[in-house]
Amino acid sequence: MLTRVSRRTLAAFLGPAVAALAIVGIAPLLYAVWKSLHYFNLTKIAQSRFVGLENYASVLTDPVFWQAMGRTAFLFAIAVPIQISLGLVIALVLHRPGLTLWKTLARLSLVLPMATTYAVVGLLAQVMLNQKYGVINQMLGWIGVDPINFIGDPTNAFIAVVMWDVWQWTPFVALILLAGLSTVPPEIEEAAQLETRSNWTLLRHVQLPYLIPSLVAVLILRTADTLKLFDMPFTMTRGGPGSATEFIAVLIERVGNRQFDIGMAAAQSIIMLAITIFLARLYIRFFYREVR
Amino acid sequence: MAAPLQRRSLWGEALLLLLIGLFCIFPFYWMVTTSLKTQVVALESPPVWWFTPTLANYWEVLFVDKVGPALINSVIVAVCTTALAVGLGTPAAYALARFEFAGKSDLWFWFITNRFVSPVVLAFPVFLISRELGLRDTHLALILMYLTFTLPIVIWICTDQFRSIPRELDEAAMLEGASQWTIFRRICLPLAMPGVAVSSILSFIFSWNELLFAYILAPKAAKTAPAMAVTFMEGYDVPYGKIMATSTLIVVPVLIFALLASKHLVRGLTMGAVK
Repeated sequence: MLTRVSRRTLAAFLGPAVAALAIVGIAPLLYAVWKSLHYFNLTKIAQSRFVGLENYASVLTDPVFWQAMGRTAFLFAIAVPIQISLGLVIALVLHRPGLTLWKTLARLSLVLPMATTYAVVGLLAQVMLNQKYGVINQMLGWIGVDPINFIGDPTNAFIAVVMWDVWQWTPFVALILLAGLSTVPPEIEEAAQLETRSNWTLLRHVQLPYLIPSLVAVLILRTADTLKLFDMPFTMTRGGPGSATEFIAVLIERVGNRQFDIGMAAAQSIIMLAITIFLARLYIRFFYREVR
Repeated sequence: MAAPLQRRSLWGEALLLLLIGLFCIFPFYWMVTTSLKTQVVALESPPVWWFTPTLANYWEVLFVDKVGPALINSVIVAVCTTALAVGLGTPAAYALARFEFAGKSDLWFWFITNRFVSPVVLAFPVFLISRELGLRDTHLALILMYLTFTLPIVIWICTDQFRSIPRELDEAAMLEGASQWTIFRRICLPLAMPGVAVSSILSFIFSWNELLFAYILAPKAAKTAPAMAVTFMEGYDVPYGKIMATSTLIVVPVLIFALLASKHLVRGLTMGAVK
């Protein structure tokens, strides 16, 4: 079936891409592992020394690190179920026949949030959520809610991050689920619709089995992206107030870029990477089984 | 009996669709209108919906606050990394689609894994390395680092595209004595242009949006637009109009590209888990 070619031809086609990715993806990683075995602080270069696994020991016993991990997991546990339920409703509406033009327009508008520059989402959040000048507090006022200090209060700031994560990624989840719905064979769906009038029964017994792969994709991609989440909370709150919105990537950035403790930041990021790779393995096992 | 029922549910559905649209689009509406407000109007409490628009914010951010040069930096970085990713990625994609070789699945796994690596893992080592090599604050450093996510996307989408090209075409060319490289350049690549276009658009969007590498690796001369927008928040008096004008300038190009590639954006974000 596939062509067998000489090593030289293969190297000519694959070599440049492999070399490039090795240089930008693997070399820095090895350097990070090396640095993670050192005490290395940019402001105290003279004190740099090899410390073995000391950084790892302090990261693994550091409550701040685990609190940031916990916060990241908590964000995932709150935002993702909301995204899946809203996304499922949107996908089911878009999946129904009729109103084609409206649906095309709705689908196009769904594309916009997930393409929006993540840093800009944080800025938008700042502007729209401001206690005094923000439009969201104005709208809350219309229904009789007093202005809320979103950015300045720890709990509210966390809620604000959840809100904007939901805004940006619900459309993404909806479109993945919509793609999943389109894999249900139409004749099965039509036959079931003759049997039952309940949309719930249809969803539970006919559509859900076809949605499982999409749902697993959503869970794992959202896990990876929540672990990566940096731009939006960083531009919105800088991780604050206090450490209320200091998710794992924001913490590592603070340790490396604002405390200049690059050895420690390297150890933290290697541990985070181990967790991410574990999840990636899981993902590949689910989705790329028919490896090419 | 059935007809009115159905009409009512259609109205409900239309209303729901309208709500979905509003939910997605309202923040953009607010961003653009705020960008057209003077600072005095922007700081009215409660916020005003009708006002005399002004382009002063755009003028100021573009020519006084150096957002203009930052946008140019963003264009340079995004275009170069996209071109490089296509140049390096399409032959690799062709090899993955057409050749049989040992270790293919491991290679594939490695390409895909890049989707999961957080930039914060690479940012600090690259910061130190680029300082040693004198690459700090250059376009080149960003262009190279952006390959970590643009190259896998190009490889993923183009492999799929090459696979969909009938093999009879290259077999015929092979019988005529054409080399693999000729087949790739003359026959397959031209036919794979839709995939190349889609993956280019996605690479452009993701590079354009990137913040963390830009923030850490390019603090001044090569500063990109998103990193520029962040610095506005650091002042004492937050200039809402200017921040939203900058945001609008950053977001409009990606939204246009996103609409152009709307069918494929999800595919790019999931690395193909969803077709």
